[in-house]
Amino acid sequence: MSPETIRQELTEWIDANWDPTRSLIDWRNILVDAGWAAPDWPVESFGRGFSAEQMAVVNDVFASKGVVGAAQAGPRRLAAETILAHGNAEQKQRFLRPILTGEHAWCQLFSEPGSGSDLAGASTKAEMIDGKWIVNGQKVWNTSAHHADWGILVARTDWDLPKHQGLSYFLINMRQPGVEARPLKQMNGHASFNEVFMTDAEVAAEDLLGAEGEGWAIATTTLSIERQGFARGRNQKSPREVGDGPIYEEFARELEIANEPYSWYPQREGRVDLIMKRAMVSGAIKDSPVRQEMAKLLSMSRAAQLAAQNAAAKRRSGSNEVVPAGSIGKLGASVIARQAAHVHTMISGADAMLSGPESAEAGLIAETLISVPAISIAGGTDEIQRNIISERVLGMPKEQRMDTGPFRDIKRN
Amino acid sequence: MSEYTEDQEAFREVVAKFLQSRSTTADIRRLMETSEGYDADVWQQLCQEVGLAGTHIPEEYGGFGFGPVELGIAAEEMGRHLYCGPFFSSSVMAGYALLNGASEANKAKLLPELASGSKIATLVLDSVDNPGHVGRQLRVSDDLLDGVAPIVTDAHVADFLVVLATGDDGLGVYLVDPDTDGVKISVQQALDPTRKLSRVSFSGVTSTKIGHMAESALGKTWDQMSVALAHEMIGGAQHLFDSTVEYTKVRVQFGRPIGSFQALKHRCADLLLALEWAKAATQHAAFCLVTGDEPESASMAKAMASDVYMEAARTAIQLRGGIGFTWEEDTHLWFKRAKASEVFLGSPHLHRERLLVHLEEAS
Repeated sequence: MSPETIRQELTEWIDANWDPTRSLIDWRNILVDAGWAAPDWPVESFGRGFSAEQMAVVNDVFASKGVVGAAQAGPRRLAAETILAHGNAEQKQRFLRPILTGEHAWCQLFSEPGSGSDLAGASTKAEMIDGKWIVNGQKVWNTSAHHADWGILVARTDWDLPKHQGLSYFLINMRQPGVEARPLKQMNGHASFNEVFMTDAEVAAEDLLGAEGEGWAIATTTLSIERQGFARGRNQKSPREVGDGPIYEEFARELEIANEPYSWYPQREGRVDLIMKRAMVSGAIKDSPVRQEMAKLLSMSRAAQLAAQNAAAKRRSGSNEVVPAGSIGKLGASVIARQAAHVHTMISGADAMLSGPESAEAGLIAETLISVPAISIAGGTDEIQRNIISERVLGMPKEQRMDTGPFRDIKRN
Repeated sequence: MSEYTEDQEAFREVVAKFLQSRSTTADIRRLMETSEGYDADVWQQLCQEVGLAGTHIPEEYGGFGFGPVELGIAAEEMGRHLYCGPFFSSSVMAGYALLNGASEANKAKLLPELASGSKIATLVLDSVDNPGHVGRQLRVSDDLLDGVAPIVTDAHVADFLVVLATGDDGLGVYLVDPDTDGVKISVQQALDPTRKLSRVSFSGVTSTKIGHMAESALGKTWDQMSVALAHEMIGGAQHLFDSTVEYTKVRVQFGRPIGSFQALKHRCADLLLALEWAKAATQHAAFCLVTGDEPESASMAKAMASDVYMEAARTAIQLRGGIGFTWEEDTHLWFKRAKASEVFLGSPHLHRERLLVHLEEAS
C-alpha cells in the first residue's frame, strides 16, 4: 500500500469507527479486528505486514486524529515480539490479542540473584509433573511484576545438559498462589523493580514457548529487543494532552501505572537536554573547562544520533554487515550519561550536594547524579556489551570457558 | 544524515585501488627519506588517470565539480594508505583558499593548473593553530610582503605560494613565486616524516594581490580544510583499528590468542564506539558543508577525528607490545601522522571551543 492509500483508508476507517465514549478494551478489540492495532505485525497475527515507512504514516494519522492506539507501554512489547517470533499459531491467537487490547500486562522473569550478567546460569527449576510444569526459584529486577498478569520466564528444565541447552522459555500466569512479587528499593529511592518468588507455581504444558531446551535461543530474541529500547530511549505522550473523554481517562490510568517505574529513566540517561540551558543560566558557560566538557558531551550526543541513523539506514537497505546496533548504542548511551552527569556536576558546583524539590531543576539534577550508575548495568552491563561487540562485530576470539559440561557440576553462587 | 550514493562508493573504490598498489608501506618508507617526500610520477598518475587533484574544483575551472563529500572520500582513502604527496597542500588548502578568496580572473587562471596537477601550490598561513591568529605575522605594505610562516606544508615543492597576509584593507590573498628574491624556504625536521614542513620567510617580497579574504571566508576555508583533514584522520584511524584487531587474533601469549583477553577486547570495543561516532560526525560535516546546516559540525568532526586517531594510534602500539615500538613495524608511521594531524589546523580543544560558540548562538 502506498503512503497516500494508507492515509486515506485509515482516515476513513477512523472517521467511521472512532468513538471516545467506548471503553478502552472495546475500542481496542475493534482496532484488532480491523487490523489497525499492530499493522507492522504479520497478516496472520492481527497485522498487515507494514514496513517502518508505512508505520510512520499510520502513527502520524493516529496522532493527528487524537485516536487511542493499541497498548504498548511496559514490558508487554518484549513478550509480544518474542511470541510473534517463536510462538505457535495457538499461542499467538491466545496471547497477542489481550496484549494489544491492554487486558494483560506482562513482566520479564529472567535475572536471578545468582545469575545477573550470566543470564544463562539461571537455576530456577521447572519440572514436568502430572502434565504441568512446576516452577520453583527466585527472579529479580522484574519491572512491573506486581501489576503483571503474565510473565515471560526462563527456567531450567534439564540439569544434566550444558547450561545454555538446559533452559526453556515459559509463559507463566502471575495471578496464582505460587507467585509472589515484592518491590525492590534502589539507591535512588525509587522501587521500579520487584523480586519474584515462585513456590510450586504452575505453568500449563501448552504455555511452553518453542521447544523444551530452546529457552536460551528465544531469550536472546527478547534481549535484543530490549537493548534496542535502551538505545532508542523512551518518549510517550500523555493522553491527557490529546483529548477529553472516558477512554482518554482510562488510557491515562493505564499509562500512569505502566510508566511509573520509568519516571527516572530520562535522568539515568543524563539529561543532556538540560545542559545548555543550565550552563547559560548559571553562568558556568563562561568557564573554559566547563565549555570543553560541554563540547565533548554535545559532540558525543550528536554523533550518537548520527551513527544510529546510519545504522538504521543500513538495516533498511538490507545490508548484511554485522552491526549489533543495540550493543553499540547501549554502550554509547552509558558513555554519554556519565559525561552528562560530570558536566551537570561542574555546572552545579557545591549545589550538587543538595537534593529534593528545592534543589536544581526541582530535584531532577540530583536524581540524575544518583541514577546514571544504572544505565551501564540495566539490560546488560557495559562489560557484556563490550564482549558482544568485540566477539560478534570484530570477530575477536572468545575467552576460554569454565562453564562447559553438565550444568549441575558448574560452580555457581 | 549522511549516506553515500553508489557513484560515491564507486569513486572510493577507484581511489582505494590506486593507492593500494601505489602507496604501500615500502613506498611510504622510501619517500619519507627523500627530501621531496613524494613520487612525482605517482602524483602525475593520480592527477591524470584518476583526476584527483580537481575533485572538488568546479568544472568551469577544470575540476571534477564534486563537493566536500567526494573530497572527503578521497582524503579518507589517502589517510588510510598514508599517501605521501602534495594533494592536501595543493588541492585542498590552496584550492579552497583560491575558491573562497581569489578574484574571478585569478580563479580562472590558477585553479585549472591545480586541478590538472600541472602545477603544485601550497597555502602559506602564519598560523596553522587558530584562524583567529592568521594575518598577525605576515603583512603587506606597498605591495611588499614581510614576515614568517613557521609551519607550511609542501612549500619546498610548490610552483607557487598562495599567501594570506594583512594589507591596508585587511586580510588579502597574495600570489608569490617561490623563486622571488626575499623568499626563504627552509625545510624543517618534521615529527611526521610523511608530510614535509617548511619555514617560509618573506623579506620585502614583491607579491601580487589576487583577492580578499573576509573573516567569514577564512572561517569557511578553515572549516572546509578541517573537514577534509578529519576524513584523512578517519581513514588512518580505521586502518590502525582494523590492523590492530587482526593482530590480536593471531598473536599468541599464555597459550591463547591475545584477542581472547577481555582487557584487550574491551579496549577494542570502546575504540570501535569512538570511531563510529567520529566517522558519523565527519561524514555528516561534509554533508553540512554542502547544505550550510549545522555550522558547528566541521569543528565537531575535527575534534572527534583528532581524538580518535590518537586513541587508535596509542592502542595500536600498546596492543602490539614491544614490537609496536620498533622502527621496523609500520604502526609508528600512522602514529606520527596522527600526532601531527591532531594539532594541524587547530587542536581538539580549539575546535571544541569553536563548536560551542556555534551551539551557544543557536540556542
